[in-house]
Amino acid sequence: MTPHGPLFFHLGASHQTTPLAHREKLALPPERAAELHARLASVGVLREVALLNTCNRVEFYAVAADADALVRLENAFCELQSIAPADFAAFRQHTAGPEAIRHLIAVAAGLESQLLGENEIFGQVKVAYEAAQSAGTTGPVLNRVFQKAFQAAKHIRTNTGISGGQVSTANVAVELALTIFGDLTKARVLLLGAGEIGEKTAKAFLSRGAAALTVSSRTAERAMELARVLDATALPFEHFHNHLETFDIVVSATSAPDAIILPAHVSTAMRKRRARPLFFIDLALPRDIHTGVADLENVFLYNLDDLGKIAAQNLATREADVARARVLIAEKADALWQQLLARHS
Amino acid sequence: MPTLTDKTCLLLAAACYLAGVVLGTIALWRERRHSRAVMYAIVAVGYSFQTFGLYLRGLEVKGCPLGNTFELFQFTAWSAACLYLIIGPAFRLSLLGYFTALLSATLTLSALAVPAWDTTRRIGIFGGNPWIEFHAALALFSYGVFGLLALTSVLYLLRHYSLKNKRLGGVFAFLPTIRDLDQIGCRLLGAGVAILAISLAVGSVHWLRDFSSVASFKLIATVGILLAYTATFSLRIAGRLVGQRFSAVCALLYIAALLSLWPVNSSRPAGSPQPSTSSQAAPR
Repeated sequence: MTPHGPLFFHLGASHQTTPLAHREKLALPPERAAELHARLASVGVLREVALLNTCNRVEFYAVAADADALVRLENAFCELQSIAPADFAAFRQHTAGPEAIRHLIAVAAGLESQLLGENEIFGQVKVAYEAAQSAGTTGPVLNRVFQKAFQAAKHIRTNTGISGGQVSTANVAVELALTIFGDLTKARVLLLGAGEIGEKTAKAFLSRGAAALTVSSRTAERAMELARVLDATALPFEHFHNHLETFDIVVSATSAPDAIILPAHVSTAMRKRRARPLFFIDLALPRDIHTGVADLENVFLYNLDDLGKIAAQNLATREADVARARVLIAEKADALWQQLLARHS
Repeated sequence: MPTLTDKTCLLLAAACYLAGVVLGTIALWRERRHSRAVMYAIVAVGYSFQTFGLYLRGLEVKGCPLGNTFELFQFTAWSAACLYLIIGPAFRLSLLGYFTALLSATLTLSALAVPAWDTTRRIGIFGGNPWIEFHAALALFSYGVFGLLALTSVLYLLRHYSLKNKRLGGVFAFLPTIRDLDQIGCRLLGAGVAILAISLAVGSVHWLRDFSSVASFKLIATVGILLAYTATFSLRIAGRLVGQRFSAVCALLYIAALLSLWPVNSSRPAGSPQPSTSSQAAPR
């Protein structure tokens, strides 16, 4: 810790250093987090503290009252979680001063997340800060650091591409549908096949507001079961060709040995759809949809390879922007640290 | 203090539109989304200068300034910018502002760059008949609508290309959705056809009184343009002309419409030609 500024530090463990089995042991349920807060308050080692507790990280951001605070916090945490301090030391991450500010901004911006650039962490950091405020454990340093960190994280998310583009097959498919339809509130989705990948993709569409989902599978029972789980409608597999024109998005993931959707089927459907586009997502291997379908007017066909390439491009773009984001973080963290030093002196 | 002339205002308008083009191009080059609000403001400022410039020109020629190629280009650019300012916020189409700035900059700068288009100014070409003036202004306004339609059609073709060829990064990431472009294209076409039809209906009253008042080429060209756009609209509504073929036809029709302006303009009765002075001062 720097001897000249406030004794601000971060201590914790995350998915970056800690395997899942150990993260499970470190996870703090809310009631135990409150107990930890009480213990720390009783020993008076920390002037200010906030706890960020998510499935991928447990982190303390604190201002120490004295130089022993870090060790005492570590011991209190290990004791509460019933883990040996030596075990924790193998995975723990610790930074202090401007480095700790950089870490907090990077976490809030999603740079340290398992899925680079994801949005959810920003809200989780906000919740952590608000919880600390409610508990009365924040003060002038944490208030300033967190508020500035939120501003910096927003700036970084807006001005770099770290959160641009989806990187999972299901989400890439949804993103593509959005570039065709704008929003999915009027989009009817047909899922062919009741396997895992189809189900995940269908869930992704539902989570983005798809108007209706219909499931059709060669095994009628599985289609009905999945339809029940997803609050969808089941359609007999032998009839789906006759209803193609009623759907806007067709997700096909059957294990059929040959193509089940041919250009002739789609051509007939498109005559009834007039100007409305039709989006096919072929997640099957071997492919379910004949490649000739892609040549039809107003029809867009993407297969697993296409989605995989887009996901890889998105990831590469995000990674290219990480370096730029790190530079921005360093500038903002250093400026904030200088302000804290000036106030402290 | 220098006086503000129509040409100065129109030059300032062109500079604003060009600034929008430069801003949008830099943003696209850097693969960043430009601010829609900033683009809107730039086009709005350009539009204000252009409106004032055309007003000054109108005072000079004693009517709506539609007497030579320079004025026709300026008025068409003004119409496109006007429409963008009305529909832009409602449709929130990314890149529409950029392309409007590009169209208006191209038209205004082309007009300013060719002095021959503005060597002769026709005074009182509408003979004091406000209906003829209304007919001409409405017809040109419909060309602005068709200009914007051509822009959205080009955007549609780009989006279609990107989706068909699985090229979704870079510039293509900023394109509007296929459905939005299709819907706005259809509405613009309907609006353009309606405006041009009203314009020709108003003009036809004058023509029916005196068949010799309208040159046959002008009649054929304008009716031909209206029929072509009406047929396109009918086929689109019937679902017979959709997707990229619809967009390609709309883009090509606009080129034909623009090309028809020269012979249409040159077939006008001369009015009272007067050499260009470009010195109309702003009223104080």
